[in-house]
Amino acid sequence: MIRRLRDSSLIPVSVVVAFIILIWYAGAVYLNSPVLIDRYERQKTEWNFEKLRQDAWAMERPILPAPHQILKDMNKSILQRKVTSKRSLVYHGWVTISSTLVGFGIGALLGIVLAVGIVYIPTLNRSVMPWIIASQTIPILAIAPMIIVGLGSIGLTGLFPKSIISAYLCFFPVTIGMVKGLRSPDPIHMDLMKTYCASYSHTFFKLRWPSSTPFLFASLKVSIAISLVGAIVGELPAGAQAGLGARLLTGSYYGQTIQIWSALICASILAAILVFLMIAIEKIVLKKMGGRLV
Amino acid sequence: MFSFRYTFLTFIFIIQLFFYNDWMNGNWIIILISLIPIFTSMKMVFKKNFKKNIKNSLFLSISVIFGIYILLYGVHNIGSEKAGLGLWMYLFALCVMIWEMLSSWSEIDTSLNSKLNFIINLVVPILFGISLLFLWQVLTVGLKIPHILLPSPLKIGIAFSNSIPMLWEDFQQTFLKAVLSGYFMGCFSGFIIAIMVDRIPFLQKGLLPLGNLISALPIIGIAPIMVMWFGFDWQSKAAVVVIMTFFPMLVNTITGLSVTGQIEKDLLHSYAANYWQNLILLRIPVSLPFVFNALKINSTLALIGAIVAEFFGTPIVGMGFRISAEIGRLNVDIVWATILVAAVSGSMFYALITICERSLTSWHPSIREN
Amino acid sequence: MEANAVEAKNLDLVFQTRDSPIHALSEVNLEIRRGDFISFIGPSGCGKTTLLRVIADLEKPTGGSIVVNGVSPEQARLQRAYGYVFQSPALFPWRTVEGNLKLPLEIMGIDAAERTRRAKESLKMVNLEGFEKKFPWQLSGGMQQRVSIARALTFDPELLLMDEPFGALDEIVRDQLNEHFLRLWEKNRKTVVFVTHSIPEAAYLSTRIVVMSPRPGRIIECIDSDLPPDRTLDIRETPKFLDLSHRIREGLRAGHSYD
Repeated sequence: MIRRLRDSSLIPVSVVVAFIILIWYAGAVYLNSPVLIDRYERQKTEWNFEKLRQDAWAMERPILPAPHQILKDMNKSILQRKVTSKRSLVYHGWVTISSTLVGFGIGALLGIVLAVGIVYIPTLNRSVMPWIIASQTIPILAIAPMIIVGLGSIGLTGLFPKSIISAYLCFFPVTIGMVKGLRSPDPIHMDLMKTYCASYSHTFFKLRWPSSTPFLFASLKVSIAISLVGAIVGELPAGAQAGLGARLLTGSYYGQTIQIWSALICASILAAILVFLMIAIEKIVLKKMGGRLV
Repeated sequence: MFSFRYTFLTFIFIIQLFFYNDWMNGNWIIILISLIPIFTSMKMVFKKNFKKNIKNSLFLSISVIFGIYILLYGVHNIGSEKAGLGLWMYLFALCVMIWEMLSSWSEIDTSLNSKLNFIINLVVPILFGISLLFLWQVLTVGLKIPHILLPSPLKIGIAFSNSIPMLWEDFQQTFLKAVLSGYFMGCFSGFIIAIMVDRIPFLQKGLLPLGNLISALPIIGIAPIMVMWFGFDWQSKAAVVVIMTFFPMLVNTITGLSVTGQIEKDLLHSYAANYWQNLILLRIPVSLPFVFNALKINSTLALIGAIVAEFFGTPIVGMGFRISAEIGRLNVDIVWATILVAAVSGSMFYALITICERSLTSWHPSIREN
Repeated sequence: MEANAVEAKNLDLVFQTRDSPIHALSEVNLEIRRGDFISFIGPSGCGKTTLLRVIADLEKPTGGSIVVNGVSPEQARLQRAYGYVFQSPALFPWRTVEGNLKLPLEIMGIDAAERTRRAKESLKMVNLEGFEKKFPWQLSGGMQQRVSIARALTFDPELLLMDEPFGALDEIVRDQLNEHFLRLWEKNRKTVVFVTHSIPEAAYLSTRIVVMSPRPGRIIECIDSDLPPDRTLDIRETPKFLDLSHRIREGLRAGHSYD
């Protein structure tokens, strides 16, 4: 058990994280001190390093908030506010995550369908696939404001436009991953199916689909993270009211640095949870399929 | 046997003849030209063995071109009302014909001729793209789709050519200043730190999972903080790009440095090679495919990062600024023109890196297979 | 000059693994004379590769002593006293054949003109002139392995350590390479330590054959070959050869290799 602990990455990761937190505290002092020193001189107060350090970690609008300040604000916004209030991070988080999940579902489904089409219909393969690959190089996220405003002009606001953005973003990685996956079976296995005179659907469900599982999950993990980013960016334009992206925006407009950081940390936690969820689902599915597919 | 698809096609074409008045305006030349695709499809009904070769594909393509011309003419001359049933039926039939044309091109047998394969692989997506543009134009004009929702490609093209000086300045601000500087700094520091960490397995074990995790986070949210630290100008956007590109590079380089085979390591051990010779002669070349993977991912991330970071605040120039500002003014075609610039620069950047990759890692099996 | 290229006394090597320790080598006593062509033969797991790796300083023994060229294996390695040929060619796919041949010379700091000259010479020795600018993946398995051997010869080491170099090749190519390599050895008379699990190969190539057996790895027998020099593949059908092969097989049986 001790050896497993030693071999795993738990200790190195914790050490690195602890180190980062230490640097963070030091950085807070370093970055906040110019403003503080300026304030001291204007108010003609005595100061020493100890006072500087304590004040640096307790400013209202710091250049770099200390970790415990962020945690306090998060605690306030998550646990001590009513979940439905406009100031609750839970509310904003829910707004963001709901459009993320809807968009992810739509995009992943469409991606899989298109991938099946590309693999089985040569016309689609030659005409559409190059564009899908090329789309990886295009900063699609830049279109987000336009979709929001455009759909808003015909009366569609709220969850739907944002999930369109998320869907659009995760559609491409899923398509590419699934095409690779559906084409990944060993030629020997394909020959075997031929000797059984297997139909197209047999070959698909019994061979291509199972062997594409690792590729599917690899792209799903990437896609769900991208969907979240899409939802957040979708909340930026048009003075959005709700969601973590909106929180980031209002924080930056009003100079509320701690609010920005807590929204950012909250979004990061959400992203981590979603990805870990995906990894957990993957483990369960792989276990059902025997554990190792390659 | 009659080809079912073409029979169906001809049927549609003939029915739409009854709706001529809707959109032909009695112009006899136009009416004659519009019959060309109809004759083609009638001919195809009786063709038994339609060989998928270049001659036949060209034959189909030419009649499609005539059809496209007709529809574009028709859709631009229908006045202020939405297009009528006749036009839509013709469009529907033409779309089926376009699909047939694409099929014909795609299924040309190129397994024996790699040059032909290369040409067809270019021709088909280009034809597809052109068809898509055509469809876009017809639908936006014919359905009178509101300008704000989706402008027609023609309008976008006009807006583009009218605003080139402004777009060029935006490009300089965002791409040349923020993206390129952030990209090089981020990738370079990621690479160097991975090499520094290479001698310390403990740090590697700690950094690799963390790097993977951070790559999945919405790092773009750090943009407002960077604006606060580095000001409104391009430096804050470059800072966002640095952070976004650092972690994928770090993770990929560390992974790449770890995949060296044991036999190759033993070989250099038997030559009594020192650590640096080992690194430069063996482990860095082996890691190049991974490094280039990160470089390609980062090229897209850098552009996205710079543009979205500008949504959070920027002086009155820059691609992201242009998008959010013109959206506010509902000048949608300039927004699309900016997106066009972003798309082209993104794909050019990516293509450049791919060319470098092919020349430096041509030995790797994955590149050789292509 | 030492008379013995390698002297091993009571060599022991125990691998510690998660389940139980593996006794790879046990009380190995061996003397390899300069100019010998010595083969280690035995079934999988008998320690022949491990013994080779100990000589090459790629493994450290846990007991006993070993002297290579009069110094410790590590010293010998630092002195670049041996060339190692692995089971697979281990050529760098991003270097041409010429580039691969020059690799050890670059590491040892030899100047450019000399590097080119030596690379050319080595290629000549293995009959692959003209292939300098090719990449490894453009060559067949046999040719790649020949390049690997040529690479080991570029810096003219005293000792050649070869770990089943022809094991991955088909029999016909293997025969050709055997004959070719024997001719090469007769010209330069290096000390060769050769690991194989093919009895005919060991009998054909060697001046001495060391039969090893597994669990724990130890030497059963050392057989001196009395086959005439300048031999061709035809010798494999002579009674002398069959007699030698028989003795090797008996040695393997004695070591319970066939159990």
